[in-house]
Amino acid sequence: MLLARKFPAGATGERLLWTLASLTTLVALWAISAQLAGSRHFPGPGKVLEVIGQEAASGALWDNMSITLVRVACAFLLAMFIGTVIGILIGTYKRADQFFDSWLVLFLNLPALVIIALSYVWLGTTELTAILAVAVNKIPNVAVQMREGARQLSRDLAEMAAVYGFGPWKTLRHVTLPQLAPFAAAAARSGLALVWKIVLVVEALGGHATGVGHQIHAAFGNYDVPTILAYALAFIVVIQIVEFGILQPLQARVMRWRR
Amino acid sequence: MAPVNSDPGTPVRVRVKRKTFPAIGGRDENIVLRDVAFDVSPRSFVVLTGPSGCGKSTLLNIVAGLDKDYEGEIDLGPGSPRMTFIFQTPRLLPWRTIRENLMLSLPDGDPRQSNVDGMIERVGLTEATHAYPERTSLGMQRRAALARGFIQEPDILLMDEPFVSLDDPTAHGLRELLVDLWNSRPTTVMFVTHDRNEAVMLGTRILRLAPGSASIVADETVRLSPSDRTDRGKLQAELARIFESPDAGHS
Repeated sequence: MLLARKFPAGATGERLLWTLASLTTLVALWAISAQLAGSRHFPGPGKVLEVIGQEAASGALWDNMSITLVRVACAFLLAMFIGTVIGILIGTYKRADQFFDSWLVLFLNLPALVIIALSYVWLGTTELTAILAVAVNKIPNVAVQMREGARQLSRDLAEMAAVYGFGPWKTLRHVTLPQLAPFAAAAARSGLALVWKIVLVVEALGGHATGVGHQIHAAFGNYDVPTILAYALAFIVVIQIVEFGILQPLQARVMRWRR
Repeated sequence: MAPVNSDPGTPVRVRVKRKTFPAIGGRDENIVLRDVAFDVSPRSFVVLTGPSGCGKSTLLNIVAGLDKDYEGEIDLGPGSPRMTFIFQTPRLLPWRTIRENLMLSLPDGDPRQSNVDGMIERVGLTEATHAYPERTSLGMQRRAALARGFIQEPDILLMDEPFVSLDDPTAHGLRELLVDLWNSRPTTVMFVTHDRNEAVMLGTRILRLAPGSASIVADETVRLSPSDRTDRGKLQAELARIFESPDAGHS
């Protein structure tokens, strides 16, 4: 978005053309390398597309993707909410920041795998475990970004709100949250990228019987590379649709007041 | 015209014994205000003036209750008089339109909200009603800030250099607007400015502060009728009398 703002509006078409050319080149390179390799462990784009078609026709693709998407959505929303609350608190109160900073550093550096493993040991294989394990991985990032936003809150506007008797709820809704929106947007976009990747790992490790992660894990057991790539590719497309269809328009809407 | 309380009320009593800024980086503790005491009679237009650093904005913040770290006492009068502050920068919410900014400055469902559109028209912002502040000029933003202040129908109106960093014609237009709004609804005003012309043109009384003494060094009543204030010659004469007479202060 930041980058896009630097381009004049007329360049959108040109940019699209470049993206298209770049993707075409990538697919072509893939096809040629696969041809040269001639291995069943390195299928070309045609083969992967064929598997996507088969999985879609059997309904397995949609079933697994939808269950994974629900997990992504739950973990994402949970992480955003808890991370935002923590971030605002530690960004606003200096004492809280001093106290919790070391906790934050600890959780930021805790490997995802450790959080996932411990979650399953302590909570067992349930739907909630999967969602919690993913959310805990993401919460520290959201908190750090929101803390930065809270630190930059305008004192001028806070004074204005006090003078004009805004009260806590009105101040939160019309003064504080709009200032945090750019930080929330950044956290959301980096969050989505992180969350969907971790969800797949959790699905694979947690022994869930459904989801894209489970499918990829099962395919891995058979060295079935076409299926692995088919699910990966399909899911990338879906996540990009969420990014361009929901997150970016939402960000543009929140920022529409800017000059 | 907004209803005006028929009781002229009691004055605003300002008593600041001592206001300091803490010592930073080897510098001594800085005494900004010392023994500042004055009363502002109801519906008078008092201008606080002096060079930058004389503590005039600090004094206004104390009166507004935004700065509570001082020795002394501020008595706004009985009951809880309605007080409004118009800041040095417009301080509009950039993510809300001009109209939304005015509506939000009043409690939800407040009868004064029905005056918002009229006020927007009065300050000449009808075209910009639904514009976001940052998409309008600074002059328009200052008009909106003025409108937001007056829509409160305040008993006490505090203004901290609300017309700085505007070009002369725009600042002049805004001063006329302020005089017009104030005449149709006189209220007790404390107005901070470093601009002597502005002080004489607007004020009924001028208090001068000086950084050295951290106190009021001159207290002058402006002897101008409303019509005199549009007369350049009379304004200049009054300016000279207040700011250049030998007994008027030692700045």
